[in-house]
Amino acid sequence: MRHHYFDYNATSPLTAPVREAYLAALEEGYGNASSIHHFGQVAKQRLESARRTLASHLGASSKEIVFVSGGTEADNLALRGIVSARDHVVVTAIEHPAVLATAAALEREGIAVTVVPVPSSGIIDAAALERAMRPSTRLVSVIHANNELGTIQPLAEIAKVTRVAGALLHSDGVQAFGKIRVNVQELGVDLYSISGHKLGAPKGIGALYVRKGTPLCAVSWGGHHEGDRRPGTENVAGAAALAVAAETADWSQVSALRDRLEERILQRVRDVHVNGTAPRIPNTTNIRFDGIEGEALLIALDLQGFAVSSGAACSSGSVEPSHVLTAIGLSPREARSSIRFSLGPVHTPGDVDALADAVERSVAHLRRISTDSHPSRGVHVHV
Amino acid sequence: MSDSELPVVVAMSGGLDSSAVAALLASEGRRVVGMTMQLWNQRRLPELASEKTTGRCCSLDDVYDARHVAEQIGIPYYVVNFEQQFEEHVVAPFVAEYLAGRTPIPCTLCNNFIKFDQFLAMADTVGAEHVATGHYARITRNGETGRYELRTAVDATKDQTYFLFGLTQAQLSRTLFPLGERKKTEVRDLARSLNLAVAEKPESYEICFVPNNDYAAFLDAYLKEQGVTAAGQEGFIVSEDGALLGSHEGVHHFTVGQRKGLGISSPEPLYVIATDSASHQVKVGSSEALLRGSLVAKDVNWISVEALTAPRRAQVRIRHRHLPAPATLSPVPEGIEVRFDEPQRAVTPGQAAVFHDGDLILGGGWIA
Repeated sequence: MRHHYFDYNATSPLTAPVREAYLAALEEGYGNASSIHHFGQVAKQRLESARRTLASHLGASSKEIVFVSGGTEADNLALRGIVSARDHVVVTAIEHPAVLATAAALEREGIAVTVVPVPSSGIIDAAALERAMRPSTRLVSVIHANNELGTIQPLAEIAKVTRVAGALLHSDGVQAFGKIRVNVQELGVDLYSISGHKLGAPKGIGALYVRKGTPLCAVSWGGHHEGDRRPGTENVAGAAALAVAAETADWSQVSALRDRLEERILQRVRDVHVNGTAPRIPNTTNIRFDGIEGEALLIALDLQGFAVSSGAACSSGSVEPSHVLTAIGLSPREARSSIRFSLGPVHTPGDVDALADAVERSVAHLRRISTDSHPSRGVHVHV
Repeated sequence: MSDSELPVVVAMSGGLDSSAVAALLASEGRRVVGMTMQLWNQRRLPELASEKTTGRCCSLDDVYDARHVAEQIGIPYYVVNFEQQFEEHVVAPFVAEYLAGRTPIPCTLCNNFIKFDQFLAMADTVGAEHVATGHYARITRNGETGRYELRTAVDATKDQTYFLFGLTQAQLSRTLFPLGERKKTEVRDLARSLNLAVAEKPESYEICFVPNNDYAAFLDAYLKEQGVTAAGQEGFIVSEDGALLGSHEGVHHFTVGQRKGLGISSPEPLYVIATDSASHQVKVGSSEALLRGSLVAKDVNWISVEALTAPRRAQVRIRHRHLPAPATLSPVPEGIEVRFDEPQRAVTPGQAAVFHDGDLILGGGWIA
């Protein structure tokens, strides 16, 4: 059976040009970029070249790029590296756990945190965010494109609010960077998180954009790497791969395929709804199937060779419905009946049609068996 | 599609037995899908955590083992979450039964309401006709009556039919117990010969969600989590004739037949004879006082026979490790009266009475 991957928001395979650059950097740039000798210099050159490339794709200067291990570390560094005692922090209810859990940890340490609600569109209302601002607000963190819904947040509008209020603006751009145009000047963000593996680079590399003059403190210790902001021997090959991924990412054809998938499902399956509204990143659609357990649909699709995602991370032992879906007003049951389809640049109309067929088949099967009277009921116990 | 092409879903706990079942069915060319039921969040009730709680049911270690075995035999594998249903149908009734002064069997509730109900429904979602588990028991079909029959396992020391008396005909018709014909030693040898990662894994005899079998500590922690205070649960320990012997912190700390932990010195050994949740009294007495000549079983489920309309002879098991005792079954308005030929020790309300006819399980019910 051929397996089709429709879970690009979870992670993505290496693309060919990235693989080439990655392997070349592993083989030729293996020196420690801090070393003085030839090997160190080669590594350092590759690292700085990658930094320049990445910066140019963000509209930033190379000194504003801090390479880190990935999105989670970038988010942690952005929050912890900025916020100190007596500060107030504002986040939205649809942030990635890397931001939400960090904010919760800061709150336990005595920092004031406000979580701004998000309407059913999945798009933050800048006015609601404005109302959450206080004189002590130090940092506002707003996800650029939500990982579950794909909805794009009005960062430029939000940046006007934070600028007036004298607060810094961080955005988790893990799902947006590479898929849509990102220019930190136009967006007006002060800090911006990037992850390599969402756009064809390997796991273990990411970056934090830090606007020049932003007083970011290190949160771990042990060396002077990355401008004293992130100690540890640099992942040169990862950085080179991330730079090539940023350079070669082309998702321009993906939105037509996503729309095709969405249209087919909406036409052929009854009682379905799309969670969240435009604007969205081109590859994501989150669809709710009334009366269906998302977990069951996911397994049924996987056994037919289609990999998708449901909001709940059941395999990690969690039974909680997606916090993003409940934040935009879905009931726990509705949240559990939702499936995220996230496409990649490799898909063809044929792949998408095959997925739509499998969805139609599986939903029909699941609805049939759930309407059959349940054949097996155990004896009842007296309590 | 022929039956053998339909997938069979194996409930994989991460233990030796269910791993062997998955490997056996896969080796027969069946399309096997492995699933582990996530039933209980081990991060709950942190006060119960100890080193011994790792490697327990629903722990990440067991999921790791099950996933490893699935990889070894090359089958698709999923973790499916039934925590909510498990709490509702197994844990909450387990706690309520203890508070009511009875001694429940959560494994039976889990079989009735989770493994052979919710899990079977999950098997439907992948188009499977059958689920297979690592239980030691046999299912046969009676050619005359057409009924599915439950029979004790060939390996009597591992027989688990005591926990399976609640299964309906519909459930039995879709269940496979591939280990019922095998000895445990053969199963381990098989796992070894296939190099299964769990071949040397020790057996677990505990109630899966109760660390170290300390159910009283579990109850206290669970009640505390639910905001129920233990205050008002305390009461007196009395002798058979009502004399005050001591006090206790709640009837849920006691089970009929219990000897340890009474905190009373006495020239002859004392046993719990009865608990009364209304008066909060725990009655203790001599070993002889534990003997009962009869019991009534409620909510009886018949398996190998359709129903009982007239008295009949049977052997009745009143505990998992109890040797089925000869008795006469008679229908009474409350259920089935069991009259033993010889009085039996520690007939315990909340436990099951399972009716045998040789290796055949006629049915069973809950001791009132």
